[in-house]
Amino acid sequence: MKIRQFLNFLTIVTGAVAVTLTSLWIGKQAYSWFPPQGAAESHLIDDLFSFLVTLGSLIFLGVTATLFYSICFHRAQANDLGDGPHIEGNVTLEVVWTAIPIMLVLWIAGYSYQVYEEMGIQGPAHQLHLHNPMKMETAYAVADEALAVGEGVEHIDVFAKQWAWVFHYPESNVTSTELHLPEGSRIRLNLHSEDVLHGFYVPAFRLKQDIIPGEDLDFEFTPIRPGAYDLTDSQYSGTYFATMRAKVIVESPSEYQQWLSKAASQTPSPAPNQAASEYALKIENGIDSGWKTVEPAAPPLVNFPS
Amino acid sequence: MTNIPIPISGESHHQHPPQTWKTYFSFSTDHKVIGIQYLVTSFVFFLVGGIFAMILRGELITPEADLIDRTVYNGMFTMHGTVMLFLWTFPSLVGLANYIVPIMIGARDMAFPRLNAAAFWMVPVVGILMIASFFVPGGPAQSGWWAYPPVSTQNPTGNLITGQVLWLLAVAISGVSSIMGAVNFVTTIVKMRSPGMGFFRMPLMVWAVFSAQIIQLFGLPALTAGAVMLLLDITVGTAFFDPSKGGNPVMFQHYFWFYSHPAVYVIILPIFGVFSEIFPVYSRKPLFGYKVVAVSSMLIAVVSGIVWVHHLYVSGTPAWMRLFFMVTTMFVSIPTGIKVFAWVATIWGGKIRLNTPMLFALGGLVMFVFAGITGIMLSSVPVDVHVNNTYFVVGHFHYVLYGTVTMGMYAAIYHWFPKMTGRMFHEGWGKIHFWLAFIGTNLNFLPMHPLGLQGMLRRAASYSPELIGWNIVTSLGSFLLGMSTLPFIFNMLISWMDGEKAPANPWRAIGLEWTISSPPPVENFEEIPVITCEPYGYGKSELMASSEHD
Repeated sequence: MKIRQFLNFLTIVTGAVAVTLTSLWIGKQAYSWFPPQGAAESHLIDDLFSFLVTLGSLIFLGVTATLFYSICFHRAQANDLGDGPHIEGNVTLEVVWTAIPIMLVLWIAGYSYQVYEEMGIQGPAHQLHLHNPMKMETAYAVADEALAVGEGVEHIDVFAKQWAWVFHYPESNVTSTELHLPEGSRIRLNLHSEDVLHGFYVPAFRLKQDIIPGEDLDFEFTPIRPGAYDLTDSQYSGTYFATMRAKVIVESPSEYQQWLSKAASQTPSPAPNQAASEYALKIENGIDSGWKTVEPAAPPLVNFPS
Repeated sequence: MTNIPIPISGESHHQHPPQTWKTYFSFSTDHKVIGIQYLVTSFVFFLVGGIFAMILRGELITPEADLIDRTVYNGMFTMHGTVMLFLWTFPSLVGLANYIVPIMIGARDMAFPRLNAAAFWMVPVVGILMIASFFVPGGPAQSGWWAYPPVSTQNPTGNLITGQVLWLLAVAISGVSSIMGAVNFVTTIVKMRSPGMGFFRMPLMVWAVFSAQIIQLFGLPALTAGAVMLLLDITVGTAFFDPSKGGNPVMFQHYFWFYSHPAVYVIILPIFGVFSEIFPVYSRKPLFGYKVVAVSSMLIAVVSGIVWVHHLYVSGTPAWMRLFFMVTTMFVSIPTGIKVFAWVATIWGGKIRLNTPMLFALGGLVMFVFAGITGIMLSSVPVDVHVNNTYFVVGHFHYVLYGTVTMGMYAAIYHWFPKMTGRMFHEGWGKIHFWLAFIGTNLNFLPMHPLGLQGMLRRAASYSPELIGWNIVTSLGSFLLGMSTLPFIFNMLISWMDGEKAPANPWRAIGLEWTISSPPPVENFEEIPVITCEPYGYGKSELMASSEHD
């Protein structure tokens, strides 16, 4: 009997250790599931996600291992028509498995809040300001104004329409269909939509914000890794939604300035636009393959067509 | 047996079950007939929605939009979501509840049998409207099952009757049907329990349906109102949600999710009920912590009313609102966790039999734990800012809606099939069905998570070429999942027509439904039973003795 108890104890300890080690390992793997870390915010989000994966694996493996053990070792014999023990519950156990999740949830919420504060991605704060019916200055709005006059913030206007992106650099009055960003500076985008909902999303930055027609939204982040990334429309915007992509180029501040002055010297010309060309092809061929759609806007005229 | 047609009036005391197939095509007021009408109708739509899904996955097997036109793709995903939710999960669960709840509480029928039949017959109307929308100029709705304005109010054809208008009408009718059903269920459960059945003697399936239908009562009016306002915006030119005339498009998102998030609990709570019924039977143990599990259903219903904004984290929602709804959303995991641990404790140390219903319930439980964990990740605002509207979300909710709800639905159908039809199904084919469905589900939906983390967006007909690998796996998984329904369909049809006759209690289960014949007589009970104890008496010798007589 003693040996039996010891063996049971050993099984449980081995299982718990195996589950914990596996969970820690999976948590480390989580970093490799993401695109490159293009912005300062990506690091914060990846750390948080890895933590959630570790914790989640612990719970998932814990529950499934228990179930699996039960399925393997608590099977009824073919001719055994009897019942299991009549156990209606256990108050201590039930209190424990209510209390532990409550603590875990508070921990996750606290950590998430901390990451959110550090990100400081603005957008919605502005929204609160605009929508405050009492016209009161909120703490958020005040912080917002303070940041707006701060040094080293690069302002760029983003215009989304069905189905094209246009970026406007107000200081040098340059327009482009490629989003160039200086590495290491705080970027403040002002997001506009001319027709329907769109979404600004760069997976490498881990950042996303819906763009709402009729409302200006600010959105802030800091790109830190030079390279070319994809910007996609993340809020379904109609027929050619999936074509609404743009290149994001993060470059050193000097290269960025060079690009700006080069672009400023160019006269605006129409940019290639996948939605417009697909639509033109559809009309030209008279293909009856689909249904009538909203006509794409003409390809945008910009200084720097990509 | 006799061929006497079953009278529609409720006064009949015929003790024979409905015998002819024609009964199932009539305006019957028998809750059992209506239950099967719901189940079969919704399963047909499940197959339709599944074919849409396979067409979508066929398109996504390559990065370019090359199989179907983009407008067709957009119509397909809109109808896939709509059909699966409004014509499969909701009606199938209402059908199951319709069949089983009145018997479980010892009633002869639902409180309002004619209302019940009327609510059912609206479902085919909804289905016909949805299918008809494929044939109007401009095609079906192409704005996703959310129908967010302004995309949903754009009308390139200029016609008054468009796919979107038919869609909105269908959703409004479906809402009315569900409200009628909810009134009926809540009244039935409150008023028609047999003598001695206090609330804490109700089976957990009844608790779960009760909680779910209460959500319908408070939530559905919001969705229906939102749909009507959107309909007015499109047809009469009002500007509730039109930003160019001073409306607010985000407002619609609140109307929509105020109901449509709780709707997920309307769908999943009855499946929790199914799990709570099945685990004790095939583990031969009472449900662990019955009262706490019962109350946790109600807690879920209450918390579900204050979580909807987690769908709107990036919709221009202020920071305080994001964080408030993050915490409320995470707290859903507490009552849900209680249930999961209670099921594991029920199974632990039992005498487990891996019959088909048990396999499906176990598979559903494992996939639900996974879905719950990704759900917590999604509730965290910073993580959601990255994965919102990506395939991570699609993977998450398919683990809920297929991995848990559909698997649980299969478990329920297999478990109560002998009761409903009076025939046994073929166990071997049931197991084959389980393994195909379990492998297919994971192959189909697990790769969606890495795709989403890489940034692949939902609703996109084309994607960047480097994501092709996992997309191929996902598509193949979806075809396997489609195939997995075949053994089920044949098993059900052949067993129903020609299966071995089922005894009253083939699983040696405890519960009122197992005390009456299979299939049950028209009014269920000759004498209304009197309840003297809690519902899960496994391991108590005197109860076993009585149930082994059958």
